[in-house]
Amino acid sequence: MRREALTFALRGPRLAAALILAALSLAAPFLFPAITVQLALLWIMVVFAMTWDTTGGQMGYNSFGNVLFVGLGMYACAVVQRDFGLGYFWTLAAGLAVGALIAVTVGAVLGAGMLGLRGHYFAIGTLGLGIAAGEIASSWEYVGAGGGLTVPIYPGDIAFRTGFFYYQCLMLALATFLALRWLYGTRFGLALNAIRDDEDKAEAMGLHTTRYKTVAWCTAAFFLSIAGGILGNIIGFIDPRDTAFASSSYGIWMVLMAILGGKGTLWGPVVGAVIFHLTQELFWTYLLGWQRVALGLLIVLIVVFFPQGIFGWVRARWPERFGATVEKPAGTKSA
Amino acid sequence: MSRILEVEGVSKSFGGVVANRDISLNVAAGEIVGLIGPNGSGKTTLFNSIVGYHPIDSGSIRFESREISRLRVPQIARLGLLRTFQQTRVYKGMSCLENMLISTSHSGATLRGMLAGVPREIEERAEEILEFVGLYPKRRLAASDLSFGQQKLLEFGMALMNEPKMLLLDEPTAGINPTLINGLIDRLRRANAQLGITLLVIEHNMRVIMNLAQRLYCLAHGELLAEGTPGELQRDRRVLDAYLGAH
Repeated sequence: MRREALTFALRGPRLAAALILAALSLAAPFLFPAITVQLALLWIMVVFAMTWDTTGGQMGYNSFGNVLFVGLGMYACAVVQRDFGLGYFWTLAAGLAVGALIAVTVGAVLGAGMLGLRGHYFAIGTLGLGIAAGEIASSWEYVGAGGGLTVPIYPGDIAFRTGFFYYQCLMLALATFLALRWLYGTRFGLALNAIRDDEDKAEAMGLHTTRYKTVAWCTAAFFLSIAGGILGNIIGFIDPRDTAFASSSYGIWMVLMAILGGKGTLWGPVVGAVIFHLTQELFWTYLLGWQRVALGLLIVLIVVFFPQGIFGWVRARWPERFGATVEKPAGTKSA
Repeated sequence: MSRILEVEGVSKSFGGVVANRDISLNVAAGEIVGLIGPNGSGKTTLFNSIVGYHPIDSGSIRFESREISRLRVPQIARLGLLRTFQQTRVYKGMSCLENMLISTSHSGATLRGMLAGVPREIEERAEEILEFVGLYPKRRLAASDLSFGQQKLLEFGMALMNEPKMLLLDEPTAGINPTLINGLIDRLRRANAQLGITLLVIEHNMRVIMNLAQRLYCLAHGELLAEGTPGELQRDRRVLDAYLGAH
């Protein structure tokens, strides 16, 4: 079954690859101390791409407003950290939890209205969400308005600080991956795919489409808000339009990363995020001054030549590798 | 026999166009009833009204004595009244087996139940039905890789997977090659006889519907023109005129 083929049973070479990857991820702050922050951001990007794909790829609802949840998590976490003195680590944990709660609630409330929109209308409607939230935040004194908000500083050694947040990002990315992997393997995952392929048919078959769509979006909101909370702490300063509700950077990147890797696949967004983040960092390092042009060119190339993404292309090229086979002796059961 | 579906005085217009005017029909549990009429006579509109695709202007629709004309599509489907589409609709990006697995009845489906894996017995039933419609060897192919006729069979299989009480079939044989048509008629009959599914079928192929249906309703220009057994309707002057254009 395609589903099994995509969720990869951990055996043999795959187990070895997974172990090497795990060891590398765990040792990264010691192996590459100079770029630990970039690597932490890489895991954040993985979370961005994977959660975007839950609605965009698996369910077929292209959201340009998921950055809303990033910003909500970021602000909520920072405000809790600023206003409640329970000691740094407890307030950080509380802040992430409060951010998640707010983001999921907002996702559920907005979802009831927004998820009734189909196709392009949903995309455009969600695009407005991130922008509107940015405008509201930049005029709301409580969260620092346009002047931004400074996140309380990590109390310990600066070297530990990067490592501390790196491991949080790593754990979050892993948790997101495992949660979504499990989710896509259930009947709920099938329901999301059914909604993507033909929502009218799904309704005609009696599926609780609204319920599934809302839960899917709230799942994305949950992980995104935590990513936002951590991201705010890594950057240390929250600008309403450029870091929190950054529609034109994070908001677009999450879409591109998922498309680059392959919409609607488990590993596609992960691979897409890694390649995108790597390329972007290289552009910044070696093409300074032209980095935005190069990034724009990359985006055009992705959309024109890889509309299905890397994993989508591989699957179309070798469908039998993903279990799409016809059995020759017709009518004989082997299972 | 008890009436499973009762349509009484249903009217539906789109702007100035009256698609259905004061239509009444009923189907008894276990029956196979046909709905015929020239193109544009309002058959599909009536189907859409019954399954809640759009609100009706007036009249009443009862399924198992329960008024359903104000319910929405998924709610009606969960009661066990299901329709298939004229333009076949399957989940094209999913494999045939996955198409079947998600098509089980959703009445009483809880979120927790949906977050569990697929129970083994459901997978077995899906495979049995795929065998029944002749798609078992292709169960791992994406539905988009099937031919049009095979997609119709898959859609029929998905409907059976749902274990409905009643099925509304919108032109089940349109676009299918003649050899497959015979197999499909046979399968429809068996679904009716063995699984007890009541059928209401829109069909243009007269050979098919005359063989399949026990009773027929004929629509023309949005109104109910005639009803009776296939034999009666074949001799009905009004029906012949409607089809030959004298009406």
